[in-house]
Amino acid sequence: MLLLDWLYVGVFAVVGLAMAALPLAIVWALAPRFPYPQKRLTYESGVVPFGQAWAQFNVRYYLFSLVFVIFDVEVIYLYPWAIVFQALGKFAFVEMLIFLVILLVGLAYAWRKGALEWA
Amino acid sequence: MGELAAFIILSAIALVSAVVVVTSGNIVRSALSLVPTFLGVTGLYILLQAEFVAGIQVLIYAGAITVLILFVIMLTEGGTGLRVRQVNEQVAAGLLATVVLAGLLIGVFLRTDWPRGPGALPQYTAEAIGRTFLTTAVLIFEVTSLLLLVSLIGAIIVARRER
Repeated sequence: MLLLDWLYVGVFAVVGLAMAALPLAIVWALAPRFPYPQKRLTYESGVVPFGQAWAQFNVRYYLFSLVFVIFDVEVIYLYPWAIVFQALGKFAFVEMLIFLVILLVGLAYAWRKGALEWA
Repeated sequence: MGELAAFIILSAIALVSAVVVVTSGNIVRSALSLVPTFLGVTGLYILLQAEFVAGIQVLIYAGAITVLILFVIMLTEGGTGLRVRQVNEQVAAGLLATVVLAGLLIGVFLRTDWPRGPGALPQYTAEAIGRTFLTTAVLIFEVTSLLLLVSLIGAIIVARRER
């Protein structure tokens, strides 16, 4: 890929940032402000919020994120394979199948050990 | 010229947010500042025409690793908005060590005779990597999945023991 082609990505990044920043800037510049305590409350779907937004999370999330990272890395390896596997034929297909089956063992282990359950 | 400008902008993004990572009093803010740092490094990879590594950098580091770090922080007191000092009384010694290391590295970079002609790059590195995985580096590719399996099982065992 030519370096110049990445200019498009740069333009998209700038426009994307502007689309997030501009509405905030327009509101900041134009909207009248009459704050009072109720107005400054966190919006909780109409319910009066309790406690702090800063809270300790449940430890169960940790295991989920660990498993997520592993499978995220696995999926990365599918990308270069997906680009070339048609040109390389059956061997490439079988090779990726072995790769995935090995990780399927890991998934089965995680399932068996209850790592995927919320308990 | 444009390449130099892009390099300076991307380095500035990476460096400024990296400074926030190591100085912010709120470690959640530190963790989130890792995202622009990783994205700046992603841009540097693209300048080196390593777009597959850049993709990995976005998906794994800016995505998964940051989420993992955030979860780990949110499990601890840091997630409750606790303010922490990231420096202790050894600031001066640390600064000295950093300056010496930086001088050493710059000296090595300046004295090294860098090769001028790095050879032709493949047009798409992801395609070249895939081709290598499926032809000459088959064993390495399969061992990678074993490595992932080992780390998955290890992560589950360690995390369950902690509970």
